[in-house]
Amino acid sequence: MNLLASMRIALRALRVNKLRSSLTMLGIIIGVGAVITMIAVGAGAQARVEEQIRSLGSNLIIILSGSVSSSGARLGFGSQRTITEDDAYAIDREVPAVQAASPALRGAGQVAGGNNNWSTAFWGVSPEYLEAREWNIAAGKAFGQSDVQGSAKVAVIGETVSKNLFGDADPIGQVIRVNKVPLTVIGLLERKGQSFGGRDQDDVILMPISTARNRIMGAAHSKRRTVNSISVKVREDFSMAEAEDDIRALLRQRHRLQAGQNDDFFLRNLSEVLGAREESSRIMTLLLAAVASVSLLVGGIGIMNIMLVSVTERTREIGLRMAVGARAQDILTQFLVEAITLALIGGVLGVTMGVAGSYAIGHFAGWRIALQLESIALAVGFAGIIGIFFGFYPARKASQLRPIEALRYE
Amino acid sequence: MEQPLIITRRLTKNYHLEGYPVHALRGVSVEIGAGEFVAVMGPSGSGKSTFMNLLGCLDSRSSGEYLLAGELVSDLSGDALATIRNRRIGFVFQNFNLLPRTSALENVELPLLYCGVPAAERHQRSRAKLEEVGLGDRMHHHPSQLSGGQQQRVAIARALVNNPVLILADEPTGALDTHTSCEVMALLQQLNRDGMTVVLVTHEREIAAFADRIISFRDGRVVEDHRGEQPNDAAAMAARMQEEVET
Repeated sequence: MNLLASMRIALRALRVNKLRSSLTMLGIIIGVGAVITMIAVGAGAQARVEEQIRSLGSNLIIILSGSVSSSGARLGFGSQRTITEDDAYAIDREVPAVQAASPALRGAGQVAGGNNNWSTAFWGVSPEYLEAREWNIAAGKAFGQSDVQGSAKVAVIGETVSKNLFGDADPIGQVIRVNKVPLTVIGLLERKGQSFGGRDQDDVILMPISTARNRIMGAAHSKRRTVNSISVKVREDFSMAEAEDDIRALLRQRHRLQAGQNDDFFLRNLSEVLGAREESSRIMTLLLAAVASVSLLVGGIGIMNIMLVSVTERTREIGLRMAVGARAQDILTQFLVEAITLALIGGVLGVTMGVAGSYAIGHFAGWRIALQLESIALAVGFAGIIGIFFGFYPARKASQLRPIEALRYE
Repeated sequence: MEQPLIITRRLTKNYHLEGYPVHALRGVSVEIGAGEFVAVMGPSGSGKSTFMNLLGCLDSRSSGEYLLAGELVSDLSGDALATIRNRRIGFVFQNFNLLPRTSALENVELPLLYCGVPAAERHQRSRAKLEEVGLGDRMHHHPSQLSGGQQQRVAIARALVNNPVLILADEPTGALDTHTSCEVMALLQQLNRDGMTVVLVTHEREIAAFADRIISFRDGRVVEDHRGEQPNDAAAMAARMQEEVET
């Protein structure tokens, strides 16, 4: 007997017991639906983390001032500025693994522009900053090396600043006053959204570092040319560890630190931190999928249960089929196909439910979801395997009945 | 001389029932020729049903030999026996054993399903057999929509559809009234006249009287084997009963 005939027999048997078949399928439907939904939600969360990593700039190392000892008392990170603008330029120039390095001098103050004013942070940076942070200009242009040399009164502003000062108007060419110093807006930064800590990354003004130091912050900052941080982007084909070692060696040499003396700076590899978060969200996805798989397993046991009942109930039918010439293998195939059909129909309906459920969660809870074709294929495949696994025992039991006993079964 | 269709030699069957050994058959040697109409009789527990199950390859013997159409079937494997049942033997049961919620036509097609006959030929052959037993207008009825006699005729059509060499009928009239029983027996007699070998198990003397030859069992042995004079004509009897009802 061929497979097609077996499938027709199986479909007929399932149709005869519609309610029971659909209840049995429900287990698989819920299982498959849950697996797909959970993976979609988990993958969505993962995609969000990945996006945050990208927004931060990949392969990014931030160098901060480290702890220094002052008369034997060790002070905290950044308590005294130890890194300088020239450290940044030296790193950019001398470390082969570095693609771009930019110093960043932070200031905060009141900004006026248009008819509004706004309190925000401003950063004095070199032109390499945008490259290091993988930040693009949405409109206008960035400042260049000549602007840094000439302490040009120009600025590039973030979207939040632009919105707060100029509303929907084009900010390019407008004049803003940062702590009363007038700067011309020459560029608008691309939107970056929230940082991992929840800070609005678009609430920022970038300007040439010399402009910030000389024109806005004043003489106190000019002397040692220290900076708050240095952003370093490592080339794709270099390892982060190698780059960190080279940077550390260079800075130790520049800061004239003896062997055995502690670093007076601190390297933070942010992608690493976020990588750990990504890893944890991946584990979360796995966990969700595992929990959902349990319901798929329970659905499979439901199939086995119903198939066992069905075999007992249809013992006489099995006996008759054997009497008219069904071999053990034919009976095995029939019941196996029945179980697999149950599981697969349940699987397909479960996919529909899982996709609908994922979109519903995405819509109502506002979560990011990422439907994955692999997870759909996996869930349906798994449903089929469950059909085979849990259908095999009842089917085998049916096929090993002795014809005469099955026929006389009451 | 032509070989008998069925030969059994010292066939025995023992089994255990709740721990006690039961000797259902104690050495049965019988020959049945092609074209015979044999009734197997005996009280319950006489071994007649066990004998029938062995003839139908539904059960395995404890010792002895069984040859069907010259083939030694007592030593065949389960799958080979399934093929024998499929190609050589047609079964008719007391309780019809039709698949519920399945049309008469599909019930008749069942044996053809297990020997790989293509769908079109399956329909055509099943249709022909149903017409032969007088149910051409009931092909798409389910068993529950048919009378007992009609159901048994569907079962007979099913037994015939694979052109077997032997029809085994186990109390085929056990669940039917007298008139319907006569009609079913008339159908079996008709088949026998057309050359089919029929072996019938019954405990009713009136039903056995329709057969050419009666083999009586008692305590697992054949106690009597006699060829009757002229067997009763079931068709005529059924017609007579019909008249009585009408007058």
